[in-house]
Amino acid sequence: MAVETTSAKVKWGLLDAVVVVFALIPVLWIVSLSFKTTATLTDGNFIPREWTWDNYKLIFQTDQFVRALGNSIGIALISTVIAVVLGTMAAYAISRLDFPGKKALVGVSLLIAMFPQVSLVSPLFNIERNLGIFDTWLGLILPYITFALPLAIYTLSAFFKQIPWDLEKAAKMDGATQGEAFRKVIAPLAAPGVFTTAILVFIFCWNDFLFAISLTSTEQSRTVPVALSFFTGASQFEDPTGAISAAAVVITIPIILFVLFFQRRIVAGLTSGAVKG
Amino acid sequence: MSVASRSSVENQPQIPQQRDRRSRPALSEGKKQERKLGWLLCAPAAIVMVAVTAYPIIYSIWLSLQRYDLKFPENREFIGLANYATVLSNNYWWTAFGVTMLITVISVAVELVLGMGLALIMHRTIIGRGLVRTSALIPYGIVTVVAAFSWRYAWTPGTGYLANLFSPEGAPLTERASALAIIIFAEIWKTTPFMALLLMAGLALVPDDLLKAASMDGASWWQRFTKVMLPVMKPAILVALLFRTLDAFRIFDNIYVLSAGANETSSVSMIAYNNLMKGLNLGIGSTMSVLIFLTVAIIAFIFVKLFGTAAPGSDDVDGRR
Repeated sequence: MAVETTSAKVKWGLLDAVVVVFALIPVLWIVSLSFKTTATLTDGNFIPREWTWDNYKLIFQTDQFVRALGNSIGIALISTVIAVVLGTMAAYAISRLDFPGKKALVGVSLLIAMFPQVSLVSPLFNIERNLGIFDTWLGLILPYITFALPLAIYTLSAFFKQIPWDLEKAAKMDGATQGEAFRKVIAPLAAPGVFTTAILVFIFCWNDFLFAISLTSTEQSRTVPVALSFFTGASQFEDPTGAISAAAVVITIPIILFVLFFQRRIVAGLTSGAVKG
Repeated sequence: MSVASRSSVENQPQIPQQRDRRSRPALSEGKKQERKLGWLLCAPAAIVMVAVTAYPIIYSIWLSLQRYDLKFPENREFIGLANYATVLSNNYWWTAFGVTMLITVISVAVELVLGMGLALIMHRTIIGRGLVRTSALIPYGIVTVVAAFSWRYAWTPGTGYLANLFSPEGAPLTERASALAIIIFAEIWKTTPFMALLLMAGLALVPDDLLKAASMDGASWWQRFTKVMLPVMKPAILVALLFRTLDAFRIFDNIYVLSAGANETSSVSMIAYNNLMKGLNLGIGSTMSVLIFLTVAIIAFIFVKLFGTAAPGSDDVDGRR
């Protein structure tokens, strides 16, 4: 671009501001709702007139939310670990080895990335009931791994392609054992890609609503997005808006932290893998 | 992100071709080992993916040919294509289909324009690049249900700032046209950043020299955009469009929270879900599953045939040969 003039800076600054405001307003709104008192909840003000922690205290006292939070964290973490391990193995093979069936695997993952998930809801519902894994962690982990794998495989193989694998040979020539070469040379180079992939996969699992609402029926395995939609407030006649907002803010916190600390990596991961979870 | 034409794979849903039989002369020991290792490393991922998608979709074809209502399991019976006749002659299905198509077309079209703008901003801005990219990632990362609740409360009469601002009397989420508009808006807010990131990957491929040269030759900004940038970005645009179209077609979360499908705002995913959860009708639910799957396959096929677009990441395979 041309010389950085003040007017250009102002122009870009304004455009930036539009994007930032547009992206943040819904988030700030739900935060605002979560801090409103019952009396001011329906005043329609963007900024609370009275601030309170009551909504947060309330949800952390209910089993409904606390168990769902535990389920969400557990299910997302387990699915992420398994998907990243399986994805790493497959991506290593795809980027480093020559074997028939490689293209087919890439094709199958692409198909699954585009697969209409609702098509699996009816059959999985019945299969899981027959297998006895309906409404269990496993019943959600399985579809999560499946739909996270294409994302993991694409992102990781894009990262692995950039690793200078010859360094491994060089390290061995210099007297390192196979294990040392892997631990000291390859692992540190591959770690950022694996870590980025883990974040993307976690976001995907954390986000899911369709499987979570179709394949669970009790607090035993309901995740937060689903629990939110069942909130009724402390008593039947109380408006659950405040509680829902507080719970919504709680599950948004990890996302905000990821985005704040790993913005660069997430952008790199998404643009290289180019597959949405 | 180089994109090659690979239509053959798209045409065969879910058939895991682990071995394509190539008769070749005897392989060296090392080559054999490499193959073995390759299969071994890919097997777990391939098995999980196929077991959780291919088997259920085949099973749902089988279920779709039966009368199977969980409320009356004793009436289970093979009835051929009768379920398909029932669904395809049903107004609810076609209304939901129309709604889904409408949401898909409008949201993807708007996102393409906004996403291109956002991609240009994220790529070119001279100040606050990190800030813009960080904020743009928030809609991408946030749980869809959370965002949907935020929009729902914003449009709830009395509670919401948007409702008070734009429609002081009336409840926009309970009227069909305005509810659909809000659903589409929520969808656009959530997924424009994803579109923009894919387009930004394409923007990064446009050589700066080319832009400078065009600018020297007196090309206007618009000419540089349409004659230089767009052609280079075409593959990235097509991939972004394909992914977003198929993704928009699956819309569920936003509708579930915003309107619960009331006033004919259900998408096909919503009615398939309702059929299963409220109707407990596995036969009809599975029929819808199969129909949605076929529609998505047809959309993907049209994209591939029409534009010759293909997988992002297929260069991962071809690059080594």
